[in-house]
Amino acid sequence: MTQTAPRTETIAPAPDHVVSVDQVGIEERVARLGSRSIKKSSKVQALKLILSQIDLTTLEGQDTPGKVRQLCHKAMSLHDTLPDIPHVAAVCVYPMMVAEAKKALGDSGIHIASVATAFPSGMATTQAKLDEIKLAVAEGADEIDMVISRGKFLQGEYQAVFDEIVLCKEACGDAHLKVILETGELGTLDRVRHASDLAMHAGADFIKTSTGKIQPAATLPVTLVMLQAIRDYYYETGRMVGMKPAGGISKAKLAIQYLVTLRETLGEAWMTPEWFRFGASSLANDVLMQLQKQQTGVYQSGDYFSKD
Amino acid sequence: MSNVKHAIKLNYDTEWEYAPAPESTDHISLKDRYDLFIGGEFVAPKSGVYFDTINPANEKILASVAQAGAADVDRAVKAARGAYENVWSKMKPAERGKFIYRIARIIQERAREFAVIESMDGGKPIRESRDVDVPLAAAHFFYYAGWADKLDYAFPHKTPKPLGVAGQIIPWNFPLLMAAWKIAPALACGNTVVLKPAETTPLTAMKLAEVIQAADLPPGVVNIITGDGSTGASIVDHDGIDKIAFTGSTDVGKIIQRAVAGGDKKYTLELGGKAANIIFDDAPIDQAVEGVVNAIFFNQGHVCCAGSRLLVQESVAEEVVTKLKERMQTLIVGDPMDKNTDIGAINSAAQLERINAYLELGQKEGAAMYQAGGKTPKKGYWCRPTLFTDVSQSHRVVREEIFGPVLAIQTFRTLDEAVTKANNTQYGLSGGVWTDKGAKIFKVGQKIRAGVIWANTFNKFDPTSPFGGYKESGVGREGGLHGLSAYLNLH
Amino acid sequence: MDKNIKTEERFAQPANVETASAPKTAKSKLRTSPASAPRLGVEKTYKLYINGKFPRTESGRYFAVTDAKGRIVANMCRASRKDFREAVVAARAAFSGWSSASAYLRGQILYRVAEMLEGRSEQFVGELTTMGLSKRAAAQEVTAAIDCIVYYAGWTDKYQQIFSSVNPVASSHFNFSILEPTGVVSTIAPQEKCLLGFVSEIAPIIAGGNTAVALASEENPLCAVSFAEVLHSSDVPPGVVNILSGFRDELTEQFASHMDVNAVIYNGEDMNAIKLVQEQAANNIKRVIIRKKPAAPDPYQIMDVQETKTTWHPIGG
Repeated sequence: MTQTAPRTETIAPAPDHVVSVDQVGIEERVARLGSRSIKKSSKVQALKLILSQIDLTTLEGQDTPGKVRQLCHKAMSLHDTLPDIPHVAAVCVYPMMVAEAKKALGDSGIHIASVATAFPSGMATTQAKLDEIKLAVAEGADEIDMVISRGKFLQGEYQAVFDEIVLCKEACGDAHLKVILETGELGTLDRVRHASDLAMHAGADFIKTSTGKIQPAATLPVTLVMLQAIRDYYYETGRMVGMKPAGGISKAKLAIQYLVTLRETLGEAWMTPEWFRFGASSLANDVLMQLQKQQTGVYQSGDYFSKD
Repeated sequence: MSNVKHAIKLNYDTEWEYAPAPESTDHISLKDRYDLFIGGEFVAPKSGVYFDTINPANEKILASVAQAGAADVDRAVKAARGAYENVWSKMKPAERGKFIYRIARIIQERAREFAVIESMDGGKPIRESRDVDVPLAAAHFFYYAGWADKLDYAFPHKTPKPLGVAGQIIPWNFPLLMAAWKIAPALACGNTVVLKPAETTPLTAMKLAEVIQAADLPPGVVNIITGDGSTGASIVDHDGIDKIAFTGSTDVGKIIQRAVAGGDKKYTLELGGKAANIIFDDAPIDQAVEGVVNAIFFNQGHVCCAGSRLLVQESVAEEVVTKLKERMQTLIVGDPMDKNTDIGAINSAAQLERINAYLELGQKEGAAMYQAGGKTPKKGYWCRPTLFTDVSQSHRVVREEIFGPVLAIQTFRTLDEAVTKANNTQYGLSGGVWTDKGAKIFKVGQKIRAGVIWANTFNKFDPTSPFGGYKESGVGREGGLHGLSAYLNLH
Repeated sequence: MDKNIKTEERFAQPANVETASAPKTAKSKLRTSPASAPRLGVEKTYKLYINGKFPRTESGRYFAVTDAKGRIVANMCRASRKDFREAVVAARAAFSGWSSASAYLRGQILYRVAEMLEGRSEQFVGELTTMGLSKRAAAQEVTAAIDCIVYYAGWTDKYQQIFSSVNPVASSHFNFSILEPTGVVSTIAPQEKCLLGFVSEIAPIIAGGNTAVALASEENPLCAVSFAEVLHSSDVPPGVVNILSGFRDELTEQFASHMDVNAVIYNGEDMNAIKLVQEQAANNIKRVIIRKKPAAPDPYQIMDVQETKTTWHPIGG
């Protein structure tokens, strides 16, 4: 990776076929999936799976190495008094904090994800973005969460958006690339679908809904549209792409609905941390409380679960 | 994606199964035996004969209900006539409306009880009876209640008058909802009614009788009598009936139309269908696939307006069929009382036999059959969701109403071909069109000869929205302003 | 083909009330030159009107129509079930075009029919008086018929606005109900008011975009059959209105039973015929409209042969 100057020529043609999405149809499907009732053993199984799929996140201006260390400890030991609790999939931090996280997590097997590319706005030159990715990777990031240039996308400069993702993917090297669409700024589900297709064709390993800094962040309709895009891309290429809804998922019940949506759209192969993640900061505790309740039959209080 | 380039199968047979999530039934009460509701009271049938109604999901007897004979029909019609002449037609319309509002409210209060009984007696998934049938039934009463004192505004330059006594015969596919569709507008227009629920699904109608009692409706305004086809025939033939409203098969509709010939009875008929869903290549495919699922697998396909034919533009046929088959794998067939069940029990042994005969016939005709939905329980009547491909307009599974979860798929090349195929049927109840192009929706929607066009959606119902068929799918409309004219004389 | 050969005796005097005693060979004013210069009148052959053409009945049969005094005034075609079948084929073929013609165009064409009828009033007055009406009554009927057509011409682009609806459904859908013509309508026109009754029957059917096969008054078919000439000269497309003359007893069942007819209208009070119509209509669930007494023109007669079509579409971005 010695590339220094941004390319000016087109790397490869961006897909030009735009798939239409009917908003009401999506909402109805989501409502129907939401009516699935997950009880007992299937609920416990779902809750544990959710924990293992969490990208435990801190992305604040006030982040410090101390905060990151606390978060990493939580990631490794969610609630030691409950048996058979998996650790989360990753912690998600700014590039400046990657080194600290790396030190804290050691050989726990928890990945480090880092938001590069002038997160959250993406308002920087391509070169600055590539440099940031390289820094994060060099410091030990396993996964890069990039943002697309929404301004360019909304201007209709799809090829530029596509090319930038291709370059970012190159800059990642062995690190996995998650492409954040920031769906809350795209306006319609058709555009969510279009951006998903662009990102996957440009090489995204994951597509991700949101930075968490814009409302609305992840929603079930948006997630369903992205999952359908992943399925169609899989049909077309045979390559699996992962999915990460992020922002606003703080309750276990809602997270289970995401899993139901995942299961009934993509099936078994995607039901793992390798292919599905939740970007969340407070979801883990609610899931833990639900697990405790399943075990004891008693509804829980937040006072009994660590808040890091 | 224009087509499926890689024949990759997604696997929905995950380790993570949904544990049973049964709706509780401990809050409902069913009597062992239900009498006839005539003149505001529950009375035994003169014949003394009762028959059993069973739960089609486990074949257990739920209750026995009275078999109304001609003498009971006569008693019910006389009660209705008396109530019409002495009370209901003289009541201030606004007061009439308030009685109907009361019915709506009590149904809402007892909604879950109705949903549970509906699913037990008819086999439909609790998700549907809870989310569709019962709320819509209450909404129907609520909507028509408000019309009672506003009828003068409905038909410009006319003075509307009630007809008198309406005889109403309803089917087993939406027992409570069809009762609401029939009773609500009839009462709002000032008529009194004699209603006969279907033989296999009488229980929610008898529960509705309890609601009507609880709402203090004047005795005789609504009479609900149970029985088989002979009871229905006695209603149709009774001289004291001014209007027949029937929902059911086209064959019986014809019998009724002949039976009332030469008399003064008005009639509305809501009959069979063989609707086509047309998917164009520019459609939102995933939503179209979901629409097809709703069109044919809703209520086990026991829906007169079901989209039982699918016409797909050739260029997207492979994609649509692939996605449809995958979607079908996620459908759960089984216990109607489980909240996760998508396809419940077939309503009766007779209906299952009829559907199975068509499954055999389709294969004998050379069609390719595909089924999904996993294992079905041992007891009860079940049919897994089924597709037929490699069929043409001349196949009987394409032409005849099966009334089960069975879809026949054909392809087309041009808009005109799609419309021709869609209209090539004696029915005309509904039609579906899926395309992202507005102009095409209007063109196809205009050309389809059917009473309801669902564009980029399917199987939607609302009390404000008129419903009914062209051609052999029926006469008249139910729902909305247009539904009023079925129960009024316009002078 | 002598049944179609005219004899001099077939027409009565026009002012037949006053000249009822005139010899059988007297000529109608409409059809003769001034008395000072007698010449042999050229008489009209009354034929059927199917698909914009004037064929004779395929059956070769006829029936004589007599005037108030019992004198033969015309040999009418006695249409057969096959003629009816041909008429239905024509009506079905015309349906697609006529039902999709703009309401404005249908209004223009109906208005044109009124114009043409106005121009031929004298001919119709003559036919009516021949059949026994006073000149005044005949003139009144003709003007009423013209006005009736003008009335329905005006409704073509308005009834939809009165009777369609936008329905406020609870879900996120736009929902509207519009009216569409029922299809091919067969109608057995009233025996009385052979012109006005016939016109009042046809106008609402075609104003609403249906196509029609009509059986003229059996007792007095002259005006109805002549009305075909008015239609023919008025831009009414072939097949939109098809007119048969013949026997009610023979054709009523056909009108009601044909599987490609969508609605049947029966005018009259014969309970046996009404029962027959209703029974036969059940073959294909035809809409049945029974009119025992003539009704004043109103848009509800258009509504009698309209279907309500409800369309749903999601509202989304």
